[in-house]
Amino acid sequence: MKTLKDAKIGDTVKVVKVTGSGPIKRRIMDMGITKGTEIYIRKVAPLGDPLEITVKGYELSLRKGDAEMVQIEC
Amino acid sequence: MKNKITIALAGNPNSGKTTLFNALTGASQYVGNWPGVTVEQKSGRVRKHDNVEVVDLPGIYSLSPYTLEEVIARDYLIDEKPDVILNIVDGTNLERNLYLSTQLLEVGIPMIIAVNLMDVVRKNQDHIDLDKLSEELGCKVLAISALKEEGIEEAIQACIQAAGKDIPPRHLFSGPVEHALAHIEEAVLHDLPLEEQRWYAIKIFERDEKVLDKLAISPEILKHIEQDIAAAEEELDDDAEALITNERYTYIAQILALSYRKKSQGQLSTSDKIDKIVTNRWLALPIFAAIMTLVFYITVSTVGTWATDWANDGLFGDGWHLFGIGTGEYEEAIDEYAAEHIFTKELKDMVRKADEADVVGAAELEEAVEDGSFADFEEAYKAYGPVLLEAGYGLDHIVDPALESEDLPATENFGIWVPGIPVLFEGGLDSLNASEGVKSLVLDGIVSGVGAVLGFVPQMIVLFLLLGFLELSGYMARVAFILDRIFRKFGLSGKSFIPMLISIGCGVPGIMASRTIENERDRRMTIMTTTFMPCGAKLPIIIMVATALFHAAWWFTPLAYFIGIAAIIVSGIMLKKTDRFAGEPAPFVMELPEYRMPQISSILLRMWERVRSFIIRAGTVIFISSIIIWAGSNFGWVDGAFGFSTEMELDNSVLGRIGNAVAFIFAPLGFDNATATVATVMGLVAKEEVVAVFGVMDFVAMTQLAAFSFLIFNLLCAPCFAAIGAMKREMNNAKWTAFALAYQTFFAYGVALIIYQFGSALQGQPKPFWLAISVLILAGTIYQLFRPYHESQKAYHAR
Repeated sequence: MKTLKDAKIGDTVKVVKVTGSGPIKRRIMDMGITKGTEIYIRKVAPLGDPLEITVKGYELSLRKGDAEMVQIEC
Repeated sequence: MKNKITIALAGNPNSGKTTLFNALTGASQYVGNWPGVTVEQKSGRVRKHDNVEVVDLPGIYSLSPYTLEEVIARDYLIDEKPDVILNIVDGTNLERNLYLSTQLLEVGIPMIIAVNLMDVVRKNQDHIDLDKLSEELGCKVLAISALKEEGIEEAIQACIQAAGKDIPPRHLFSGPVEHALAHIEEAVLHDLPLEEQRWYAIKIFERDEKVLDKLAISPEILKHIEQDIAAAEEELDDDAEALITNERYTYIAQILALSYRKKSQGQLSTSDKIDKIVTNRWLALPIFAAIMTLVFYITVSTVGTWATDWANDGLFGDGWHLFGIGTGEYEEAIDEYAAEHIFTKELKDMVRKADEADVVGAAELEEAVEDGSFADFEEAYKAYGPVLLEAGYGLDHIVDPALESEDLPATENFGIWVPGIPVLFEGGLDSLNASEGVKSLVLDGIVSGVGAVLGFVPQMIVLFLLLGFLELSGYMARVAFILDRIFRKFGLSGKSFIPMLISIGCGVPGIMASRTIENERDRRMTIMTTTFMPCGAKLPIIIMVATALFHAAWWFTPLAYFIGIAAIIVSGIMLKKTDRFAGEPAPFVMELPEYRMPQISSILLRMWERVRSFIIRAGTVIFISSIIIWAGSNFGWVDGAFGFSTEMELDNSVLGRIGNAVAFIFAPLGFDNATATVATVMGLVAKEEVVAVFGVMDFVAMTQLAAFSFLIFNLLCAPCFAAIGAMKREMNNAKWTAFALAYQTFFAYGVALIIYQFGSALQGQPKPFWLAISVLILAGTIYQLFRPYHESQKAYHAR
């Protein structure tokens, strides 16, 4: 399964599922990354991590390690 | 209507909550702490409504049980039961902001929603149908602008009316979830008041551990409930927590489809354009470097230095020339006087000969004489005069009579001279015929102690104005974004860079700058390590050692800074693997707010809050400790009898005796004499005191290795009282402050020990016992640095 970590800059992807458990999963979902949500991959920080994405009309930054918990389809 | 109404102000970070709170309460704010935690609680009386109190909840995105702020907010709402919730919502970011609203609506407290930034919404030509929104959510929704203070009175009136009314109807989850919720309410919650059941039912469904613990449900019933939850999970193919979250967002999307219209997408807003440049892959770091240089330059080297010098030497020193009138004339006069009476041919020859003989400090004196600068000469003479005298190049017979002469130009005769506070106090005490002891306590103890606190204030004002701008404009979040990758390796946040940079100037505002780091773990780590950076007051020690023993080598000062940075990195890596820091996971799922031009009033208010809290809380620590140090150095033994004297010799004072008694501790570091020990203790008052106590003569008498070890210990050990006060204030926890100080001191001891013992061994004089200890410490450090550690996994499993 593809995850948000594998998505390319400029892609718009759709969330299939958020895996894992605990605080980080809840935080990711609380911030609006839920099943069916569209995510636009905006950019990567100058040093290669974290990512900046657009979700629910606002900008969110998350680490690639955490982005791996988000399963997507293009 | 009740006599007294409490409103809880809730909302997302960056929604304008603080602005609204300030607009609501004006000056009547009380800052305290939430019970049991270090997060600040602000409350205040609403303007023009004396019976209405508003409590500012922490800015949160959700009511999950995972972050401290969220737990504080829900505990307050559930346990304290405010009369009304005023939920502020960012109109430009409705979807995510309403997510919190859907949770707040379930708590069972009447609620009013205030949509902020409606002016921006209109400017973007978007449309929000407030009536429709109100109808769908089941609570009153109105528009406000917290900045322009529009709609605020209406919001308050709405809150007052809503207080005590029935709680609004709420949205329904999907069939299987509602089915489980109904079962839960029936099984465990029927004893609770009706309006509270819903909240608890949802939390039990989410398997919220905090709520489960609180309700202490019997294992039998729990098992029964668990079946219902599992059934819903199976039917909807997701876990309970995800189900609830998904359905909330789906519900919001449905509501917004009816009530919200966005004009058009695809067009770049101003904020997007700024962001494109500021976080550009190639430009981000250079722009960041430029902004930081500017902040540093303004706070530390220009305005900051000027303001601090004025506060220390003028206001809390001898005095100052009003608006600088007379300073130029005075300098001219004194230089002229010096050229004639001090910089005589005899003196010049003497200094030149001393320099040729390679006497320490002679070069500095010669340079000052060549420049014809009295101020430079005076400073160099104070530091190195005794060395030249010792070497047989005494200047006293020329300089001293000239300085005591009545013809010496006096500062107060030029321009408009304003005497400093100590001078004024001294005058006052003299006219009251106060005893020497009282005078000494007031002037050397209290005034200099308070002065030490207030001396930092001008610099902090400058710093916090700049930081406030960076924070409120939205750039600070990008700093964390840009630097996260580097700093998280050391257990720090990208925002830790700023405190460390500021600490090159002074650790006090540096520690205070850690305020911008939201995550408690990162903030504590930053506070603990930031004073390893050599501050301005440590520079004289570095220069003194370099001049006295290392021929003022060019690489010496950079080496000291390098050691400071290395200490931060090593400490960060070691500490993040300790249980103290490893416990709480730190998710970096962070909103990058839109760039905005901050209001000047918001920046000023934020600055004042921080400066005030520094003066009050750090002030007490410094005040008490300066009195203790004062007593320690003025009480002592004269001719065998204990007593008080303002002329106490350091060696005879209580402080000196203590220094002598504990000097053995420093023997393994190569400096076990009392003066070095007392100098180190006095360094707690202010680091430059180290040089005042431990003069250049003492350094010259040391070996290079011992002096270097002494320097390292003083650079890395516990900072001065002002900084300790700031640490205490920011940690807001005595245990953590003590832990931080102990760590710093032990770390300093370890490093100095390793340097001295390995150095001695290399020089062919090994001390087997201490060398063995050093090897052990070094091995332990290396092990801690490189032992495998998986933060991510630990974080996912930690609860």
